[in-house]
Amino acid sequence: MGYHCVVCVKQVPDTKGITGEAMKDDGTVNRAALPAIFNPEDLNALETALAVRDGHGGTVTVVTMGLPKASDVLRESLFRGADRAVLLTDRRAAGSDTLATSYILACAIRRLDADIVLCGRQAIDGDTAQVGPQLAEKLSFTLVTYLEQLLELRGRTLRARRNLGHGWEIVETQLPVLATVLDTANTPRPPAARRVMKFKKARCRSEVEQAVGRELAAAGDEEKAAEAARRCDALAQRGLLIEQWNLDDVGADLAWCGFKGSPTKVHRVQSIVLAGGAYREYPPTDPGVAQLVRELIEDHTIG
Amino acid sequence: MIDVNRRGEVWIVAEQEGGAIAEVSLELLGKGRELADTLGVPLAAVLLTAADGETTATRLGQYGADRVYLVEHDLLRHYQTATYARVVCELAAAWSPQVVLYGATALGRDLAPTVASALKCGLTADCTDLQIGDHTPPGSKELQKNLLLQIRPAFGGSIIATIVNYDRWPQMATVREGVMVMPQPDGHRRAVLVRHAAAFDGFRPPLAVLESERREKKVNLKAARVIVAGGAGVGDKASFRLIWELANCLGGAVGASRAAIDLGFVDKDHQVGQTGTTVRPALYVACGISGAVQHRAGMEESAKILAINTDPSAPIFAVAHYGIVGDLRVVIPKLIRAVRSGAKPEALATPLAPPEAEAGGARG
Repeated sequence: MGYHCVVCVKQVPDTKGITGEAMKDDGTVNRAALPAIFNPEDLNALETALAVRDGHGGTVTVVTMGLPKASDVLRESLFRGADRAVLLTDRRAAGSDTLATSYILACAIRRLDADIVLCGRQAIDGDTAQVGPQLAEKLSFTLVTYLEQLLELRGRTLRARRNLGHGWEIVETQLPVLATVLDTANTPRPPAARRVMKFKKARCRSEVEQAVGRELAAAGDEEKAAEAARRCDALAQRGLLIEQWNLDDVGADLAWCGFKGSPTKVHRVQSIVLAGGAYREYPPTDPGVAQLVRELIEDHTIG
Repeated sequence: MIDVNRRGEVWIVAEQEGGAIAEVSLELLGKGRELADTLGVPLAAVLLTAADGETTATRLGQYGADRVYLVEHDLLRHYQTATYARVVCELAAAWSPQVVLYGATALGRDLAPTVASALKCGLTADCTDLQIGDHTPPGSKELQKNLLLQIRPAFGGSIIATIVNYDRWPQMATVREGVMVMPQPDGHRRAVLVRHAAAFDGFRPPLAVLESERREKKVNLKAARVIVAGGAGVGDKASFRLIWELANCLGGAVGASRAAIDLGFVDKDHQVGQTGTTVRPALYVACGISGAVQHRAGMEESAKILAINTDPSAPIFAVAHYGIVGDLRVVIPKLIRAVRSGAKPEALATPLAPPEAEAGGARG
């Protein structure tokens, strides 16, 4: 029989690798200059799903919500072993906060008939860790946060070890379950060379349309649409068309999507300006360091 | 969903185990008191427990709560998402608070988003500050007065975002332990106890906890008077030994930036910053730490900050009181020699005693 695992993944700016090149002259970070990567803990969620399939059979479907460019993380998932990939993309979803995002993902996942939904614990761009628990609530799936080890799956019963930071616990529950997975859960398998060769040509419809627009810039709209449809058909026949859904496809109520469906609004954003402060500088020499230590002892900071 | 309700109370969801209240809950009462006074509404604590909640409720009153909503039920003995979320939602529906705050603990980060999803309201994670202020929505002339301004770093610390929610309440936020200052308890303060009988008819918890174990943190950074912290600039795990040596020599504790944790130099328990521990020691020595805003959010309230870095343009110098531009592998041994020769040996031999865990009097 096997299990149907759905993995939610996200393409994020690589906030860990902020280097000088990503800094603007005014001392703020140029976010557009940060490379887009697979959110690290989502790779651990994907590995957990692939291990379930390896052990019990079934399928692994990967879902991402974002711009057509986010197909990168879907291709990466196919390279690593996912069976099916779905891109959720719609301009009307722009500005969604975690509540609206979890609503849209829930609409999509209801169509996939999942036994187990896996998410990374949190994404490195926002670090909120909210979409997983909110998605579980919307789907009425049992929530298992901070999953470190999936101990056993037997029939509809799941047993797992959670790491709470200040301790751990072993829980048992019935499927369907949504789990958020920690980076300590496993070591994600690397992309498989044969799968890379096959799926590097996988594209979603919007990517095909963009390519046609570039290549046939002089052509009329009808001609472009016909060419895009022809290419999509060809990709689909070879199993290389990434499924692309919009908000209508998943039956989402627009009142709960995007900016309008998001209760949290941005009041103000301040870029961090990394200006120099008024600190007292001591030279890195023995007399300089000794002078500093003397002052710290004299004002009773140390000693 | 709860309607915008200007007379609604400010709530904090108290976290306790076996009658011991989590420090972050007491810290939230301090900040909550300030917010409630600005709004001119009562401050209330929500307390879910199996039994004997009155003693705990009394302490919540001493730390600033005007009212305590106490729910006692055997199903509330240990935390479970579905059980706790159900009760918090039931209370919120009955009393319509305007603000609900949670500690950003393993429990709070599991409970708060579940409640937010069920109430269809907003939630901001890991706030580093909370204030009351006004907001005019873009494209609107209507001034929204006295909203909860939820302030947090985002995008790897490159920005500080202020978040509001003005149309769907309650306004909810989580706050990490140590971010807000612990209030002084007042033994004469009394909170009004409001008992609530939760409706658990026909409810069965969806999950069973088969085994559990608590683990003490390897280091108590909050109680340390001196913290010596290392970052990616330390270079490798072998060089991180210098951080330990300087900390031992100063009778302090070892801290680390997230980069140092990710590189495997030291255990995650040592992490200082927005997603680690927030500290306010008498002296914070930042070695090879560039000073991303998430890290600075966890240490910039330290009484004295000494930064050691080869890069004079590192942002850590913007919050430092003392700076040494140089290689920490050269500077730290010099510091250790200077401390050993300059201070009385007996004062340095024993680590300084931690302050009382709860009174918080020894902060900064």
